[in-house]
Amino acid sequence: MLYREAGQFKSTYAQDQQIFPIRQDRIAIALLLVFAFVAVPLIGDQYWLSALITPFLIFALAALGLNILTGYAGQLSLGTAAFMAVGAFMTYNFVLRLPWLGIIPSMILAGLCAAAVGIVFGLPSLRIKGFYLAVATLACQFFVLWALQRFPWFTNHSSSGVITAQQIVIFGVAFDTPAEKYLFTLAVVVVMALLAKNLMRSETGRAFMAVRDMDVAASVVGIPMMQTKLLAFAISSFYCGVAGALHAFCYLGTVEPEAYTLDLSFRILFMIIIGGVGSILGSFLGAAFITLFPIFLNIASGWLSHALGVEFSHAAVSNLELIIFGGLIIFFLIAEPNGLARLWQITKEKLRLWPFPH
Amino acid sequence: MPIEVIFFFEVLVGGLLAGVMYALVALGFVLIYKASGVFNFAQGAMVFFAALTFVSLTERGWNFWLALVITLAVMVVLGLVTERVVLRPLVNQPQITLFMATIGLTFVLEGLSQLIWGSQPHGLELGIPDIPMEWLSQKWNINISQFDLFAAFVAGLLVAVLAVFFQKTRIGRALRAVADDHQAALAVGIPLQHIWAIVWAVAGFVALVAGLMWGVRNGVQFALTFVALKALPVLLIGGFESIPGAIIGGLIIGATEKLAEVYVGPMFGGGIESWFAYVVALLFLLVRPEGLFGEKHIDRV
Repeated sequence: MLYREAGQFKSTYAQDQQIFPIRQDRIAIALLLVFAFVAVPLIGDQYWLSALITPFLIFALAALGLNILTGYAGQLSLGTAAFMAVGAFMTYNFVLRLPWLGIIPSMILAGLCAAAVGIVFGLPSLRIKGFYLAVATLACQFFVLWALQRFPWFTNHSSSGVITAQQIVIFGVAFDTPAEKYLFTLAVVVVMALLAKNLMRSETGRAFMAVRDMDVAASVVGIPMMQTKLLAFAISSFYCGVAGALHAFCYLGTVEPEAYTLDLSFRILFMIIIGGVGSILGSFLGAAFITLFPIFLNIASGWLSHALGVEFSHAAVSNLELIIFGGLIIFFLIAEPNGLARLWQITKEKLRLWPFPH
Repeated sequence: MPIEVIFFFEVLVGGLLAGVMYALVALGFVLIYKASGVFNFAQGAMVFFAALTFVSLTERGWNFWLALVITLAVMVVLGLVTERVVLRPLVNQPQITLFMATIGLTFVLEGLSQLIWGSQPHGLELGIPDIPMEWLSQKWNINISQFDLFAAFVAGLLVAVLAVFFQKTRIGRALRAVADDHQAALAVGIPLQHIWAIVWAVAGFVALVAGLMWGVRNGVQFALTFVALKALPVLLIGGFESIPGAIIGGLIIGATEKLAEVYVGPMFGGGIESWFAYVVALLFLLVRPEGLFGEKHIDRV
């Protein structure tokens, strides 16, 4: 009853092709955006904004990038963190060496650099598939991190390898406080998510899905295999690169190779699996889950030790968290292999009829 | 012989023997992938878990063989539990879902082993010293560790045992049938789930052997879990489904990695071993996309 498109007639092609064809969706998205842009900075305190919501948005963007590659184009990748590292380091270098460029063009250029790296390491995808490809993308992960540490040009000859990210300044306005950084991140993420949503219903997106479902069949019906796969790698790496730049500039405040280990690649892969493979909404849901869950576990273990009057050692807590985290991932995969996005779809189906039985 | 040639051979043999160690870990991957199509990322954690359990038992004063048997029993139980709790509910899911489940399993195992046994590193001693063999170094001036040779011998023995197990026993034949075709195996009455449980148990056994060997070499510590990452390029070269492939791939990776470290590494300022093996594997894949011994898949539209 609540979520029903009955009575919404489309009389022009433009109406028929809009991103959100159902009025309720449009209202919900508008409300969400207003909430995110206006209410969250007002009510969120410093900790929430800088330690929870901003990283959530950044990881959602990275997960979106991986989802374009893995979920839509079907190419499994374990090198996400490396593309993020490229984005972070190249943004740093563009801002450092070409200061007249401004931060946003620097981020775009850094994203393009990440895309170039993505194309190079995507080349094996033309020959190999599945887990062979996944392991091959590990080469990217290790090589990029090695190169960033090995060649001092990337870190501007910093001796510690940890460099402070520059201030974000756009047209003379500095983005310093957590709320400002949050707004900057949010703006970038919203624009890129809308672009991705649109891209996936274009010819390119459909070509990606055809390649994912069966690449031989796709090439038989005339989809250029090389172009499509490499484009998927390029777009995905671009998204990850921009996410990496945001990660360094808006979240960490430092640019360091240690932030982009294989662990991060796995975390982002978890996000799209738990959120939903091949779903833009899923990237956000998965990122929210993976970002918030360890914090929730931490709070819960604090309560538990308080309630039981037992002081857990730090090592025991972190090991327990690891076990619970791993166990929950397995549980999620068993309970809903299609991810949180599928749950949301089921809810929408139910809402069409609710409160009537049929 | 001129000193350069001797040095070259020393590096080469050292690399080949290191490759055997990689192959030991890769074997565990191959076993599980062959029988169930699961890319078991938890193999590294299993190696760590096995080694840590064994070394903790011996440090608590248990007899060597008793500790070995108990650890083996623990690994078998672990395999059975994994099959029951993780794999069985995920039958017929896409491979990536199963892969993610094994990453979850990795976290559980890493947390569990450190929760039970603590996270401090242990030394491990099997009675075979890790020193160069005297007569070789005296006669030809080549330094080859006694322990490396022992590890190679163990690996060879393990492969032989596995080969006999796969070729001659009833269970082994069933395993091969399942690896060939799940549905056909089911149709002739092979219980798929028993087979998977057995394969995971065998993989646990292989993990124990690998864990002991690597434990002696590097000490039993958390870094042991990263051994799995070293084994992945071996799989790429050898193919995911081939036991001999794992050995040959291990030898190739070990040798090229050591040679590159010595002869190519200095050009880049060292540290190339983190990615060099992967690049070698990629070059192999460009020629043979399914590895040297992997099964060729023909796609039909």
